[in-house]
Amino acid sequence: MVAQNIAFGIIAAITVAAALGMVTTRNIVHAALFLVAVLGGLAANYVLLTAEFIATTQVLVYIGAVMVLFLFGIMLTRAPIGRIPQMTGATWPVAALSALALGGITVYALIDRFGTDSLATDNTVFRTADVSDSVFSQYIIPFEAVSVLLLAALIGAVVLARRD
Amino acid sequence: MLLNQFLLLGALLFAVGVYGVLARRNGVMVLMSIELMLNAVNLNLVAFGVQHDVVSGQVFALFIIAVAAAEVGVGLAIVLLLYRNRKSIAVDEFDLMKG
Repeated sequence: MVAQNIAFGIIAAITVAAALGMVTTRNIVHAALFLVAVLGGLAANYVLLTAEFIATTQVLVYIGAVMVLFLFGIMLTRAPIGRIPQMTGATWPVAALSALALGGITVYALIDRFGTDSLATDNTVFRTADVSDSVFSQYIIPFEAVSVLLLAALIGAVVLARRD
Repeated sequence: MLLNQFLLLGALLFAVGVYGVLARRNGVMVLMSIELMLNAVNLNLVAFGVQHDVVSGQVFALFIIAVAAAEVGVGLAIVLLLYRNRKSIAVDEFDLMKG
C-alpha cells in the first residue's frame, strides 16, 4: 500500500506538472510532447487501478494514434516551430479565473463528499477477458453504435479535408 | 489508496483543460486541451469502477476513448479546412457571427 501511494504521488506530480506545461508553453510542439507525458501518466494511473486493458488502449490509441494526428495537424497548418509570442488570447485572466473557480468548487465538493474513503482493495481484479465479456454482452448495442460513430467520423473527416 | 486521490487528480486535470480551451488561440491547442478534459473524466470512471467493484467503469472509459478518437479526427479536419480558407487557425479571429 505504501509503495502504491508513493508511486501515485510521483506519477500525479509528473502528470499535473506536464498538464500545466502543456497549457502554458509557447512552443506548440513542446505542448504536444507535454500531452504525451500527461497521457503516459494517466496510463500509469490505470495500471495502479488494476485496469490493464484501459492502460494498454491508452498507450496504443492516444500516445500511438491520436498524438500522430495532432503532430500532422501542427505540420499541415504550418504552425511556426519555435516560440510563438501570441499563444494565449487577451482573455486569459478570465479563463484562469474560470478554471480556478471550477477546480476549487470541484475539489471542495469531492473532499466534502468522499473525504477519506479508502479504495476497496479486496475486490475482484477485472482482467481483459472480463472487460470483453461485458462489452460483447451487456454493452453490445453501445458498442455497435460506437462502430457506426467511427465510420461516420471517418467519412466526415475525408469529406471535410479533401480538396475539390 | 484513497478514492479521493484519483478523483482530485482528475479534477485538477479537468480544470487545467478548461483553462487551455478558454485561453489558447491555436485551434490545435484547443483540441489538445479537450483531450486532456476527456482523459480526466476517464480516470474518474475507472476509479469509481474499482470503488464499486463493477466492470462498467472500464467499459465506459473504453467508449470515451473511441469517441475522443472520432472527435479528434473530425476536429482536425475542421481546423485544416479553416486554415485552408482563412490562412489562420487563431480561434479568436473567427468572429463572423459577431454583430
